[in-house]
Amino acid sequence: MPQTISLEEVYETYRMTEKEHFDIRAVTLGINLLPSVSDDFATLCRRTEKKILATARQFVKRAEKIQSYYGIPIINRRITITPAAVVLAGALTGAAEQDRDRCIVFAQLLDRCAGKVGVDFLGGYGGFCEKGMTYADQTVMDAIPAALGETEKVCGFFSLASSKAGINMRAVAKVGGIIRDLAMNSDKAIGAAKFVVFANPVSDNPFMAGGYHGLQEADNIINVGISGPGVLRRVVAGLPRDLALDEVAEAIKKTAFKITRAGELIGQELARSLGVCFGSIDVSLAPTTAVGDSVGRILEAMGLERVGTHGSTAALALLTDAVKKGGMMASSHVGGLSGAFIPVSEDVGLAEAVKAGTLGIDKLEAMTTVCSVGLDMIAVPGDTKTTTISAIIADELAIGVMNNKTTAVRLIPVPGKKAGDYVSWGGLLGNAYIMPLHEESSDYFIWRKGQLPAPVTSFRN
Amino acid sequence: MKSEEKNLAIVLVVGKDQTGIVAQVSDFLWKENINIEDINQKIMQGVFVMTMLVDMADARSDVGVVGPKLEKLGAEIGLSIQIQHHKIFEVMHRV
Repeated sequence: MPQTISLEEVYETYRMTEKEHFDIRAVTLGINLLPSVSDDFATLCRRTEKKILATARQFVKRAEKIQSYYGIPIINRRITITPAAVVLAGALTGAAEQDRDRCIVFAQLLDRCAGKVGVDFLGGYGGFCEKGMTYADQTVMDAIPAALGETEKVCGFFSLASSKAGINMRAVAKVGGIIRDLAMNSDKAIGAAKFVVFANPVSDNPFMAGGYHGLQEADNIINVGISGPGVLRRVVAGLPRDLALDEVAEAIKKTAFKITRAGELIGQELARSLGVCFGSIDVSLAPTTAVGDSVGRILEAMGLERVGTHGSTAALALLTDAVKKGGMMASSHVGGLSGAFIPVSEDVGLAEAVKAGTLGIDKLEAMTTVCSVGLDMIAVPGDTKTTTISAIIADELAIGVMNNKTTAVRLIPVPGKKAGDYVSWGGLLGNAYIMPLHEESSDYFIWRKGQLPAPVTSFRN
Repeated sequence: MKSEEKNLAIVLVVGKDQTGIVAQVSDFLWKENINIEDINQKIMQGVFVMTMLVDMADARSDVGVVGPKLEKLGAEIGLSIQIQHHKIFEVMHRV
């Protein structure tokens, strides 16, 4: 006879799954593509396809089986690969046009593979250039507007900065134009939603668009992203209004513990059934457009009239930290980004606050200093200068570099739209009001390029 | 033949107390070849709450399939009936 579970505990778990959208947000299969590398492009493509299909063939079916066995929904199934610039480097010849085409063909191949195995997204189309860009990095970056704009499931990233190397401002300057071109090259700029730039990225991130299979990981791994904010919003909303904040943090920790435990169980089982290693569990709260599944709403439940007002950064700090603490108590395999995401278009609370004018780009930037990622899913005017995009990126990466944390930027310049306009992508990506930006130029700062030096790590005042 | 290893799940019934609840749920479980190991029930804040620990080792299907059927049965008799795998409770509620 197993340990007795009390009626109250059963009832609580039942409420979580039935009423509060408790689920497993993402299971992601990381695949090492280095064994597929070849100096012959056709061979590389053939091996890559074979490898992905062989590794992931059972993935979706097994995930469905486990979902049914435990009765907990698994919302998204993804694949991450070794960063494309690393995989492709050997197969590039030095003829820029031809090489760019090869990068695009490779993205199309990945898209087909993702379709065949039935995953939602495939991430890892990118590379690392915190300090300098290799020829392969440059070529893959140049290919991004076509590669991501014209494929459905391929997601891309670039790491442009780290606390050890500083910020590669040449790459930052370049990427502003890439994001603009990517936005122009897809319907309602949606391609830009599949591309993220990072400072200090993590190699075991199960979430898209920034997931990739890092070089420090095992051949194939399963990473899991836990449930969304709905469960926590209910918990916080159910607390007395005058409860002290340390008690609020305690309640959040306990809930994060429970959902992390369930997430790890599912991840371990899935890894076992596929015969691969369990990588990590990412305890990030990832909002969705479902009503109530909003980080903004959790902050409001803590006592803010609307997210974005004074106190929002402090409330988010409490939330992020308590989620991490609860998660780390629950599992020794906590990894990924692990905190709270604030993707504006995907989070009803945040999107409304932008519409109302309470939440601006500056407050969002402040909030990213304590959230787990950065400026995420922000629709900006279509006529935004590429130097302004680069400057927003530079600001965000500087926060990550100086504070030894991961930060990221996912901006979507929507052609033909002005600040305050509405754009709807539907589905997971949600709806957004175009965020007003500062009009004053950052041109000369961005045109300097070069390297923003790595920070000193003592005198941390 | 009986399976050696148990595959435990918990059935939760919530709603207004009425006659025949145990009979109807047990009948359904029997037809699904699910064995009842333990039953616990109580009135919580005026609401009838019952949990059943069941073994699904020889069941015709798994939680994901039985769940919707139980919900349907619940709707017919005016109760909320859920089923969840025991392991979920174990990992969530025990340090």
